[in-house]
Amino acid sequence: MAMISVRDLVVEYDGRRVLDGLNLDIEPGETMVLLGGSGAGKSTLLRQIIGLDRPQSGSVLVKGIDINRCSPAELKQVRRAMGVAFQSAALFNSLSIEDNIALALREHTALAPSIIDLSVWMKLAVVGLADFENLLPQELSGGMKKRAAVARALALDPEILVFDEPSAGLDPIVAAELDELILLLKQAFQMTVIVVTHELPSAFRIADRIAMLYKGSFLAVGTKEEIRTSQHPRIRQFLDRVPDNTAPERAVEAYFEKYVQSPEVKR
Amino acid sequence: MATFTESVGKATLKHLDYVGGLSMQLWATLRVLGVALPFTGNRYRWKAAIGQMLQIGVDAIPMVGLMAVCSGFILAMQGGYELRRVGAMQYVIDLVAIGFTRELGPLLTAVAVSGRSGSAFSAEIGTMMVTEEVDALRVMAFEPVEFVLAPKLLAALITVPCLSVLCNVCGIFAGGIFMFFSTHLSLGIYVHGVMTSIHLRDVISGVIKSVAFAIIIVMVGCLEGFRVHGGPEAVGRSATAGVVNSTFLVIVADAVFTAIFYFTGGH
Repeated sequence: MAMISVRDLVVEYDGRRVLDGLNLDIEPGETMVLLGGSGAGKSTLLRQIIGLDRPQSGSVLVKGIDINRCSPAELKQVRRAMGVAFQSAALFNSLSIEDNIALALREHTALAPSIIDLSVWMKLAVVGLADFENLLPQELSGGMKKRAAVARALALDPEILVFDEPSAGLDPIVAAELDELILLLKQAFQMTVIVVTHELPSAFRIADRIAMLYKGSFLAVGTKEEIRTSQHPRIRQFLDRVPDNTAPERAVEAYFEKYVQSPEVKR
Repeated sequence: MATFTESVGKATLKHLDYVGGLSMQLWATLRVLGVALPFTGNRYRWKAAIGQMLQIGVDAIPMVGLMAVCSGFILAMQGGYELRRVGAMQYVIDLVAIGFTRELGPLLTAVAVSGRSGSAFSAEIGTMMVTEEVDALRVMAFEPVEFVLAPKLLAALITVPCLSVLCNVCGIFAGGIFMFFSTHLSLGIYVHGVMTSIHLRDVISGVIKSVAFAIIIVMVGCLEGFRVHGGPEAVGRSATAGVVNSTFLVIVADAVFTAIFYFTGGH
């Protein structure tokens, strides 16, 4: 059984179709990268998968549970099986890094405080922030915040780990470090990993499979090699970084001609 | 004409949507308010409620006290100026005592709390919305209403009536000072006069009003915060809307309660 199944998913905002009947299966233990340009629907799909928004139609099944039609208790159970590292890190600014990570452990488990402290230290050590537990989020750099967000996502030892644009806003070295961290986590904990990104090097480094989104539909879902060798024009354009021909030359010329002939300019 | 009707219709729907949002949020909060109670609830929510009590209540004491003293002086001086001409200076005691207990105490407190805490609630929750902290709470299997709203409402329900009583005491005390300096009336006689002029129902009606005002301030402040979409500008707008709307609704509620007490013989 697939860890996550997306079935005929349709999402609309103000009558505009953002996701158009998507179908996707993510197998246990695989790293699925949702790749696509800005506005392709990657983050919208991610929000559906983690149950933050409801679709117009279709369903999202996590471990066989339809997260839009299940009971609150089942949804809570599903959410405990998921760890999410947001694009903005979304750390609680009023809490220290340690408290950010300990929050879920304190409230969702009956672990003794000493065990929680040890667990927090271990999560921070995994992401390389063991010495920064007492700092507040605003005292960390961008890369450190992202790593702290990963540590928090790992707090309850989830089966599914979700990353929204992990490399966004980071320099190439820190971004590469995060990629290695994702690979390490997957290898160490055998998690199912979902990553939303538009960074090609990152996607091809960490993915087992890639789902390529364009205007709310999948252009292709396949292995790294299948995507890399795809001859689909849109995929090729994305991979080869070819700009869209958004302003035809003749239209631009006509605009300038009209502008030059206008009475304001002549005066 | 159609445009005018359309505008009226749209504005009506917008306001109904707002009132509906407030009602649903209040219902959702009342359902989970028990988690913020001591002993029977969640100790972390109770701890958060104590923190909120300090912010809403204790930190507001100097401001509320000073506002009450100034208003007490103003009411006594304005009343004294007119009543002296008809030889009814002793009625200043009734004016100040009843005016504060029934009306000014709860109202001044509500205005102060709305300005200090209503805007703070909107800004805090609005920032949490912008930085995805509310989404993070949800994916960590916490209910934002339970986590954020319940402690605030419990704290306001306890502290606003207390502040209101403090406001009454300070305002009435200021009236006593005025009477001492203007008519050499001893404080003992003034207090006796106050005790004979106010009745238990006056105090109860003031407390009922302050409980209602507390609910309005928390609900409006938090709703404005939860409705934030966009960036920092939206947070600023929500903070302003939090104060303006809660102050407006407090005055409307005050008029409604006063009318109810008047027509049912409560006053």
